[in-house]
Amino acid sequence: MADTFERVKKIVVDRLDVEEEKVTLEASFKDDLEADSLDVVELVMELEDEFDMEIADEEAEKINTVGDAVNYIDSQA
Amino acid sequence: MNFSLEGKRYVIMGVANKRSLAWGIAKALHEVGAQLIFTYANERFAKPVKELAATLEGQKALFYQCDVTSDQAITETFATIQADVGTIHGVAHCIAFANKEELRGEFIETSRDGYLLAQNISAYSLVAVTREAEKLMTEGGSIITLTYLGGERVVPNYNVMGVAKASLDASMKYLANDLGKRNIRVNAISAGPIRTLSAKGVGDFNSILKDIEENAPLRRTVTQEDIGSTAYYLLSDLSSGVTGEIIHVDSGYSILGLI
Repeated sequence: MADTFERVKKIVVDRLDVEEEKVTLEASFKDDLEADSLDVVELVMELEDEFDMEIADEEAEKINTVGDAVNYIDSQA
Repeated sequence: MNFSLEGKRYVIMGVANKRSLAWGIAKALHEVGAQLIFTYANERFAKPVKELAATLEGQKALFYQCDVTSDQAITETFATIQADVGTIHGVAHCIAFANKEELRGEFIETSRDGYLLAQNISAYSLVAVTREAEKLMTEGGSIITLTYLGGERVVPNYNVMGVAKASLDASMKYLANDLGKRNIRVNAISAGPIRTLSAKGVGDFNSILKDIEENAPLRRTVTQEDIGSTAYYLLSDLSSGVTGEIIHVDSGYSILGLI
């Protein structure tokens, strides 16, 4: 879990160009991290690559916060 | 034969990120010595394209904003490019857009606005861009666009974009006929599905990729490099006798009847 969060955080910081402190489990991609819809798709693709997994459209749509992403990834491990 | 593109300039429209087919084309052209001129739709895409271009060693790339929904913007962009560099030798048009909601479900539900939006950005933009770009191709040239099988046949979820690609294919052929006498060629690459930002907007895209891996003659999906090398062929004198053509770079998928 901690490890997943750190890996997700690194990707989020890289992609969205945000400060590390802002990337908490509760942070919403759109509201808190100012991601637009294309950023979200890019993030999903980066996560798919990083964790060597596929995130189906229905699942991706449910990912709103950093914590959602971490939980989804861990649930697939 | 000398197929280096040194001393030649190409306009590349539509790099969104490192996965973009436009970026694959840029890398291929860079490798053979071309100077690259990038255009981006709006400020959101300025930073990514500039960061990517900075990774091309020795490349002196130029960057211009160009909103292809505006004839005035296209005219201004190419006039500025002309003032800055003079002649260009080719254009890679890698631009398409449709509402995500219309890239799933049934085509019959397509709205009038959504239909016109897809046509405007994905097909008409080639016509408008070609009209301005050809003025800069005083030594002849080559224009390519990116299309997809969904414009020739029905591909689930591709819907309104399939119709826009059909329109793009036909526009490409009419443009090829208009410009042939000025020694400007116009062709299209029909790329097999690749994990790009645009492709991810198509419903259930991951399963389309799986279908290619299992059934296409080459049993693999195509890569950015596959598209880049065909783009190099079409944009260089390697393809000097080819115009109005759609080349399928799709692991052979389009030859299949039943799957």
